[in-house]
Amino acid sequence: MAKKRSFRLFIQCCYTALTNGYIYGFKEGTIYKGAAKNICLPGLNCYSCPGALGSCPIGSLQAVLGSPSFKIACYVFGFLLLFGSLFGRFVCGWLCPFGLIQDLVYKIPLFKKYKRKNLPGHKYLKYLKYVFLLIFVILLPSIITDITGTGKPWYCEYICPSGTISGGIPLIIANDGLRSAIGFRFAWKVLLLLVILLCNLFFYRPFCKYLCPLGATYSCFNKFSLYRYTVDDSKCNKCGKCQKVCKMDIKVWEKTNDMECIRCGDCKRECPQGAISCVSIRKQVKGNELDNRR
Amino acid sequence: MKKEMSKFIICGIIICVAVFLIIEGIARDEVTTVFNKSANICMECIGIG
Repeated sequence: MAKKRSFRLFIQCCYTALTNGYIYGFKEGTIYKGAAKNICLPGLNCYSCPGALGSCPIGSLQAVLGSPSFKIACYVFGFLLLFGSLFGRFVCGWLCPFGLIQDLVYKIPLFKKYKRKNLPGHKYLKYLKYVFLLIFVILLPSIITDITGTGKPWYCEYICPSGTISGGIPLIIANDGLRSAIGFRFAWKVLLLLVILLCNLFFYRPFCKYLCPLGATYSCFNKFSLYRYTVDDSKCNKCGKCQKVCKMDIKVWEKTNDMECIRCGDCKRECPQGAISCVSIRKQVKGNELDNRR
Repeated sequence: MKKEMSKFIICGIIICVAVFLIIEGIARDEVTTVFNKSANICMECIGIG
């Protein structure tokens, strides 16, 4: 069990290292400028991280929507649809660098007695991420523009803790010029990051649950993404063990592929009946053929 | 069984739309905007500027 959990951690670490492998950037306080930056990565990976080899889809979306030349962001929406329909929130559970940071912080064995799955008011707070997506990522960059018709990346500028921890802090440590330019906004972003990480000590992935616009986007695809779970009703006895182990607190037997499910696989492994499995297209096609013959 | 199959079909349609949007975005030269933003240090993203 622990071995399988560490397999997910291993994949998260490998993916983060692979997509942030520009070591020279960390050393010199600069960023990668190669052609791979044309491509959007699936996770929340700040493109101003010194090691980043690709683009952040949320930052890119704001850049295109805020550009005077475009009103619709076909390219970035295309990537979001593609990743969402293939993986759903599997990206959050396995491929997101900021998800990895939150998983590691939650593992710190401090205040064990006070660790909880959700913040109080989770039932309502979980919808906050959709508000952030709509207002800070889509509406504000498109509507509020300067004299040249360019909108600001509001979410990146005032909220995104991934930009602070993976972009801002490493760049400011290594780049003297940037260090001399820090001011109120940087202090605000560091404060917000600290609050999120402090919350994370007590609650599992608070940023993913309540603030992440990328998680909000992928959650819309969770019910029908290519990689999803299914519960075999003939095996499931509704013992509730899946919900007990699920850190996103989902009643898997009732709401399989819930919008909050990050496909970590804990429920699948812990189910004593082996009732939870991945949906296989081959099995579905075979089953359909059998149904048709009958 | 049929419900699950229809989900695969929806998924397939969305993947096709996604590929079309990416190609359309490349044709509209949105890639240059994405590249220009991501290949320069984004001051707003890191909290400066």
